[in-house]
Amino acid sequence: MARMKFLCDAERCIECNGCVTACKQEHEIPWGVNRRRVVTLNDGLPGEKSVSVACMHCSDAPCMAVCPVDCFYKTSEGVVLHDKDLCIGCGYCFYACPFGAPQFPQDGAFGLRGKMDKCTFCAGGPEADHSAAEFKKYGRNRLAEGKLPACAEMCSTKALLGGDGDVVADIFRTRVLTRGRGSEVWGWGTAYSKPETQRPPQPGAKS
Amino acid sequence: MRSVVAVVLIALIAAAGLAGCGEKPNVTVYKQGKYQGKPDNVPWQSAPFNNNQVEWEKAIKARNNGQNEYLRAGS
Repeated sequence: MARMKFLCDAERCIECNGCVTACKQEHEIPWGVNRRRVVTLNDGLPGEKSVSVACMHCSDAPCMAVCPVDCFYKTSEGVVLHDKDLCIGCGYCFYACPFGAPQFPQDGAFGLRGKMDKCTFCAGGPEADHSAAEFKKYGRNRLAEGKLPACAEMCSTKALLGGDGDVVADIFRTRVLTRGRGSEVWGWGTAYSKPETQRPPQPGAKS
Repeated sequence: MRSVVAVVLIALIAAAGLAGCGEKPNVTVYKQGKYQGKPDNVPWQSAPFNNNQVEWEKAIKARNNGQNEYLRAGS
């Protein structure tokens, strides 16, 4: 099995926010935290486009690289997850993420930031599968039930595709060939163009 | 006395000139850290798959293909 990926087809997204609602409902996400959201470009103008955005579970995830407490890990299916018991809510991952995926629920008085929360690809977290602790911290573990993320499965126009990267890319390729346009995939290159493991920097290179 | 002062002055100028050679690279290179948290298990480990990876992959594949309406419509 290849690694899990998200793909949003902007030609099909009708900005219904069904994915956002499905995510909220599935994991009982608190008010103010949006693991997934729909972004509309050129809103109100002819040719406007909408895309559903969440954590893309990048090949070379920048959040993993900048985390000062190393609370991120990647599963064998390529899903980027984190341990909330370790997270200190510093917000570095939010600055590093090109998709604005990390969310910080308000915790206590004076606008204190709680532990980071993000899309888990409906794969739970490092707690016993289907346990109350896993649901409370990370939400439902649909992957362990043999299901794909709720947002993608709920999408009425099938604009949002989630699952095995090869299959998702095949579905999209068929669509593009059939309709003859709209081959651009927002965020795909940013998230998946880099290899899983970065090459070591060349000697003398600046970064 | 004069020559001593001249030598000291030359040494100071040389030291000040060489001080610029100690420049460090200013660009941060992030290194992938090592996960410090609790271990997680594979999705097929618990019920309903009970360590049957083949069954789990079959279920995921069926769901994956369910997203392809061209396949569902049979066109």
